Amino acid sequence: MSKKMNSTREIIILGVGMTPLGEHWDLSIRELALEAISAARAEAPQVRPEAFYVANMLAPALSRQSQLGALLADFVGLRGIEAMTVEAAGASGGAALRQAYLALKSGMIQSVLVVGAEKVTDRVGSEVDAALATMTDTDYEAIQGITPTAQAALLMRRYLHEYHAPQDALAGFSLNAHANGASNPLAMFQKAIRPEQYSKAPMVSDPINMFDASPIVDGAAAILLACRDTIPANHDHPLVKIAASAMSSTAVALHDQPDPLVISSAVSSVQKAFEQAKLSLEDIDLFELHDSFSIMAALSLEAAGFASKGEGWKLAADGAIALDGKIPICTFGGSKARGEAGGATGVMQVVEVVRQLQALAGKNQVSNAKIGMAQCLGGIGATAVTHILTHFKDH
Amino acid sequence: MELSQHWRLKQQRYSLVGEICPYCEGKIFPPRDICPDCGNEAKTTFQFNGKGEIYSFTTVRQAPAGHEENAPYTLALVRLEEGPMVAAQLTDLDDQAVEIGMPVEMVTRKLRSEGERGLLIYGYKFRPILKAA
Ligand SMILES: [Zn+2]
Repeated sequence: MSKKMNSTREIIILGVGMTPLGEHWDLSIRELALEAISAARAEAPQVRPEAFYVANMLAPALSRQSQLGALLADFVGLRGIEAMTVEAAGASGGAALRQAYLALKSGMIQSVLVVGAEKVTDRVGSEVDAALATMTDTDYEAIQGITPTAQAALLMRRYLHEYHAPQDALAGFSLNAHANGASNPLAMFQKAIRPEQYSKAPMVSDPINMFDASPIVDGAAAILLACRDTIPANHDHPLVKIAASAMSSTAVALHDQPDPLVISSAVSSVQKAFEQAKLSLEDIDLFELHDSFSIMAALSLEAAGFASKGEGWKLAADGAIALDGKIPICTFGGSKARGEAGGATGVMQVVEVVRQLQALAGKNQVSNAKIGMAQCLGGIGATAVTHILTHFKDH
Repeated sequence: MELSQHWRLKQQRYSLVGEICPYCEGKIFPPRDICPDCGNEAKTTFQFNGKGEIYSFTTVRQAPAGHEENAPYTLALVRLEEGPMVAAQLTDLDDQAVEIGMPVEMVTRKLRSEGERGLLIYGYKFRPILKAA
């Protein structure tokens, strides 16, 4: 019964906004959030959101600040609104958007503002690494000195070993990300890199080198969503619809995965998303996946079905992931070049898909983009959230 | 982490004590009381023999707070003989090169020292099994 009721309740994105990514020494998390929110709300100034969800994972550890929902709502001029933080590590952004989608589908709320915000650079070095390590299994991983980078390194070594892939098999992911970041004015790194730079890069945690790992930096992005009935009459931005929203989880610890080289949460959330949207792989014009590490890009392509097991790296090697390729990914630079902003990343990905579908992506435009998919991961994929976005014409 | 958090875990940390599922006979480590394979209650204690082989490994150079004094250190995923996998540091490597598939055995070592009171946390690490001469 509920399915029938909800099928007519279409969820529309009315406005998006995003800050540059980087080391914003001069800006607090409040100011970053405000900048993104102001930009998003400026695209639909008539709509005052009825609920406010904040995606964040690091503020309690790095800024000694919880209850960001109320704090940021107050700061951005929405005092009194229903507000909370949604945390699912690196998947927080997708998870917050998913909660917004559910709230709108429920019919109890007509418009929601989602912001992903992260302030990382107030701390440095081992403190940041320790904060990031809280997204691993504290009792059985972090206690051994494991960090997210080490988890990714364990995966990458096993991947290269099990599939007999060459040492620089994943280079294409980094090259593609940097090539796309070069024309994104919001990106942390705006310069393409050469294959030799990748192969000579210093090791971070072998076999992960400097160009396999994304920089963890400050940034914020915001999305204003509403039910179809709430679209202002004079709205003048191209509308994008959320065609699917799906979230899955698995064990947090790498050692608890039945097969660590399969991100089972990603497999499941993509399947659910395709079922909801009544779409399949061939329909997807671009895929903003979560390349926190280049190995995660390969595994995400495999989990979604764009490549079979052990073959994901070949899509990077043969250019299929480029803007004019078969399945463009990280079209604005991804976490590698745009920058990784922890819990905010999932919101940023969706902002980027929206810009692609609105044909407002400038030099990063994927031609004729009609359907886009975004997927963020918590850690090595304990949580995966997948959204599919399409054009929406209001008749 | 506080003293009680470590004290609760000492059985599994010191001696690799896990569980066996009475329904599907799956061996479980770390212990969790619900079998991850069949979903039934699994509280029967099981002592792992501490032997396994390297599934993957890496070196951590940039250590998180609390582990700096050990850096750089080698981390591994170890597939235990009885089936489950554990994450652990490798120790007693001397100059030995680590490889996937290398046989290892569990030993108890200091994992980290914690806080101003200098609380020492001990637990399992793994070392290469010496080949018989
Ligand atoms: Zn069982």
